[in-house]
Amino acid sequence: MEPVDYAPATGVLSSIWLLVAIPLVSAAILLLLGKRADKWGHWLGVLAVASSFVLGLIFFIKLGGLSAEHRSAQLSLFDFIDVGTFKVDFGLLFDPLSGVFVLLITGVGSLIHLYAVGYMEHDPGRRRFFAYFNLFVAAMLLLVLGNNYVMLYFGWEGVGVASYLLISFWYTRPSAATAGKKAFLMNRVGDAGLAIGVFLMFSTVGSTQYDKVFSGVTSMSATTVLVIGLLLLLGAAGKSGQFPLQAWLPDAMEGPTPVSALIHAATMVTAGVYLIARSNPIFTANETLQLVVVSVGALTLLIGCIIGAAKDDIKRVLAWSTVSQIGYMFLGVGLGGAAYALAIVHLLAHGFFKANMFLGAGSVMHGMHDQVDIRRFGALAKPMRITWITFATGWLAIIGIPPLSGFFSKEPIIAAAFERETTWQAWTFGLAALIGAGLTAFYMTRLFVLTFHGPARWTEENKHPHESPAIMTIPLILLAIGSVAAGWVMSTSVPDWLTPVFGEEQAEVTGVLSHTVITILSLVVTVLGAGLAWAMFRRGTALEPEPAGIVVTAARRNLYTDAFNEAVFERPGIYLTRALVYLDNKGIDGLVNGLAAGVGGGSGRLRRLQTGFVRSYALSMLTGAMLVVGAFLAIQLGWLA
Amino acid sequence: MFADFPFLSILTLLPLVGAATVAAIPRAKAELAKMVALIWSLVVLVLSIVMWVAFTVDSSDRFQFHESYSWIHSWGANFTFAADGIALVMLMLIAVLFPVVILASWHDVDQSRRSAPTYFALLLAFEFTMIGVFAAADVFLFYVFFEIMLIPMYFIIGSFGAGQKQYAAVKFFLYSLVGGLFMLAAVIGLWVVGGHTFDFEALVKAGSSINTDTARWLFLGFFVAFAIKAPFFPFHTWLPDSGGAAPAGAAALLVGVMDKVGTFGILRYCLPLFPEASRWFAPAALVLSVIGIIYAALLAVGQNDLKRLVSYTSIAHFGFIGIGIFAFTTQGGTGSVLYMVNHGLATGLLFIVVGMFVARRGSSLVSDFGGAGKLVPSLAGVLFFAGLASLALPGTAPFVSEFLVLLGTFSTHKPYAVIATAGIVLAAAYVLWMIQRTTQGTLNPALDTLPAMRKDLSLREKVVVAPLILLLLVLGFYPKPVTDVINPAVQKTLQDVGTQDPTPTVADGKAGR
Repeated sequence: MEPVDYAPATGVLSSIWLLVAIPLVSAAILLLLGKRADKWGHWLGVLAVASSFVLGLIFFIKLGGLSAEHRSAQLSLFDFIDVGTFKVDFGLLFDPLSGVFVLLITGVGSLIHLYAVGYMEHDPGRRRFFAYFNLFVAAMLLLVLGNNYVMLYFGWEGVGVASYLLISFWYTRPSAATAGKKAFLMNRVGDAGLAIGVFLMFSTVGSTQYDKVFSGVTSMSATTVLVIGLLLLLGAAGKSGQFPLQAWLPDAMEGPTPVSALIHAATMVTAGVYLIARSNPIFTANETLQLVVVSVGALTLLIGCIIGAAKDDIKRVLAWSTVSQIGYMFLGVGLGGAAYALAIVHLLAHGFFKANMFLGAGSVMHGMHDQVDIRRFGALAKPMRITWITFATGWLAIIGIPPLSGFFSKEPIIAAAFERETTWQAWTFGLAALIGAGLTAFYMTRLFVLTFHGPARWTEENKHPHESPAIMTIPLILLAIGSVAAGWVMSTSVPDWLTPVFGEEQAEVTGVLSHTVITILSLVVTVLGAGLAWAMFRRGTALEPEPAGIVVTAARRNLYTDAFNEAVFERPGIYLTRALVYLDNKGIDGLVNGLAAGVGGGSGRLRRLQTGFVRSYALSMLTGAMLVVGAFLAIQLGWLA
Repeated sequence: MFADFPFLSILTLLPLVGAATVAAIPRAKAELAKMVALIWSLVVLVLSIVMWVAFTVDSSDRFQFHESYSWIHSWGANFTFAADGIALVMLMLIAVLFPVVILASWHDVDQSRRSAPTYFALLLAFEFTMIGVFAAADVFLFYVFFEIMLIPMYFIIGSFGAGQKQYAAVKFFLYSLVGGLFMLAAVIGLWVVGGHTFDFEALVKAGSSINTDTARWLFLGFFVAFAIKAPFFPFHTWLPDSGGAAPAGAAALLVGVMDKVGTFGILRYCLPLFPEASRWFAPAALVLSVIGIIYAALLAVGQNDLKRLVSYTSIAHFGFIGIGIFAFTTQGGTGSVLYMVNHGLATGLLFIVVGMFVARRGSSLVSDFGGAGKLVPSLAGVLFFAGLASLALPGTAPFVSEFLVLLGTFSTHKPYAVIATAGIVLAAAYVLWMIQRTTQGTLNPALDTLPAMRKDLSLREKVVVAPLILLLLVLGFYPKPVTDVINPAVQKTLQDVGTQDPTPTVADGKAGR
């Protein structure tokens, strides 16, 4: 592995800090002005993100103009921490990888901001919403733009708190408040892992800056690389809703739908993928580590599909789908080599089609009085033409129908899984990815058919569904275009663009199956899954969930992962705190009180403390003090004698 | 240019004169007393800022503003004042917190039968003892301030507190007095074996000649006093009682400033005076600190009283300061001192905001709130911000100190650092659950009937919280001006202890940045 070296930022690129500063300042203005900004605050929010997008585009083009080996811009703003040998710059890095993330965050972000102007129109907290939304964008940009792991951590926790604020945006709902707290707590478990990983990096190579750490990887022991990698993976799993920290993500759907689209589908939850992709020199250096990442990805993608197929809440189906799709991305970054770029392509494509479908779901809810139960939809294709068509592009894209984007982004990951060197691994992970594709087709088709087709199963108050206003449909249309075209556009251009980050593509590896066979197989399972779902649900479904077998019941209950967390962590935790409160009041306090009384004056009359005769106690202590002084003097006299 | 100005003695005496002045104001003129107290504390702040500017960061002298006046000649006790970077940042914290607390306590005494001038005079008297204890460079003088600082706080809790205030005040007094007793014994012992002087710098030089066993006993004497004061597990049980009973502003001072005397004392006295004993006791101190982090955090989760809850969070935070000190690394030590400052700001803010809630509700029980964010959105926002600072979110100052402490501890004591890092998850739990139970969820109908609960932040309250929020944010993004002041003093202390930072295991030529 060659030493990693980033070029310093020059010219226009030395203004990259503006990307973070603009949304941050906008958030501060919106929070500080309070009600005075209610009338125009949302437009400021949109403008801030849109400006960051335009700037990001300029920087991106500028970066593309640099020669391949110098295609990066590192900028140190000021010394953030400088204590002993621990030096951290408030430093930014704009390179091909952070560049595509900036465009994704600000580009999709702008569309979702625009959509939210309409979606949140009747909400009295709209200004506050946009303040948090801008805060999120600023933190997310810092996360991907930092040039060291402390800056990444800075943004990492920043997006965590923005996510908390937005999940519990409707904080008077107990369920929203609980969901926000759950998200933050589970994320903090991951964050703690990430933090320890950073400490280990510092104590190993004496720096947390990407180039220094990556250059030091070759001299690290295999165990150190493995431990650092596992700690980073724990952080990544927390942020990206991967096994075993996936349970918060579906609950996060308590937040307003634009939040689900931007934070819990397109951007923040993919931060874990970014972390692993960014740290590719670490992950590539250890095969065991890669195997763990691949396993987490494969397991999570199946968990997500299975649970997603059993849910009736339109946003939760999409949330589990997100868990599953990020599983594919983890699979990609775990496979390493050429698959790093494939994972990023899938991440970008997913950003388009999943944001598209979430906003589509929001549009459906908007026209249906916030109904989320797909059992009570049906026949919405006609009253919601635009939403129907745009959602259809997202649906076809995610299940991987050519030539839509998912076909170009997901199928190569499946193929790459079949190309693993060890045969059993090739079959295990390849088949997992393939089965996942079939299941994805099944549950997404179920969602699509139950929502837009079949007989209408609307409730009484929802007799007149209507299409959403233009401010919401225009972003939908743009995202639909992205869902259709992005995969084809990005499938070769993005891997080429990312070559400076992930290295040259290795020679073609031959897997256990040929690429053509895999392509055909994945199309077959997709058509089978979709066809099965269409056949099962085209006539609608019962209005309430019916009793089901073991598998479906387990899937409805999130495969009992929540029950496990509750039984193993929550309940014992509550009992432990209660026991400790009792112990502290009775045990420790009593013990130390007794001890104090013993030392202080030999009196056991502590119960009379309340009467407050301080002087008598002070006096007895003074006597004690005198005795000690006397003892010391005696010792001294003894020495003198 | 100010190098010869007697900053420290004037800074110490100024609030004492202020206290006497305010105390002389008749009860009927309460507003005048408050105004005088506020202006007086602001003058102290201005003088402190001038001193901060006059301090030379890259000087080879650890101690600056050195002053000495003869006191008890036959004992060798002098009024010696001097400040290093560690003392300087603590003095600055005191100077910032007192005016804020005085303004925050503006109406605390209005409803009671007690005299307002007395209360504000006590606050200034407390400031006098606090400045004195940090500015002293004579061990006997330090001891005297260490003891007399109990008196104003005793009366503040006992006379102006709430709930079981008498019990809390006496308990506070007794615990501290017991600690002081241990320290007195050790101070005398030190005088005996250290060459009949109380001068700090002379004692440090003499320290190496003390025999090992004696040094360990003397260390223990000081350490117990400081561990009670800080407080460390298992000497902590007085703090929740005191913090719960004291008026919110005074509680902010109690944990924000006074408890720091404990950790400051360990750094200033235990480590340089008894280096071998410090290394010998370090494992025990680390274990107590780590237990404190986890134990107190769990207890904070289980509290139903806001002020007790904040007190327990502080005990957990003192655990972090403890591991940072006894990790014996530059990052750990500097992180700990920075932690003392940041904790003063963050927990100070938290106590003050909690006080604002309690004043409106007339109760400090968590279960008496619920959904308050609907009624007082800005106040709830400030509570949330203070909570975020308390859980050390990046962007707020405590993040930097907590990160430094953990990183510094990790490089020498990996298991301790890993367990302590679990504390950041618990911190999120106690803060967010407290936020959820007080400001989120459905509105508690009892709150709706209270007219006071409908009043959001007043102008005075905004002026109180604004400087703390601003400082927490500025130091969260740019802590360097403070760490640069702390760093040399910490490095000198570690030299005294005789430890060195570990070098990275993979040392290539370019590492270090």
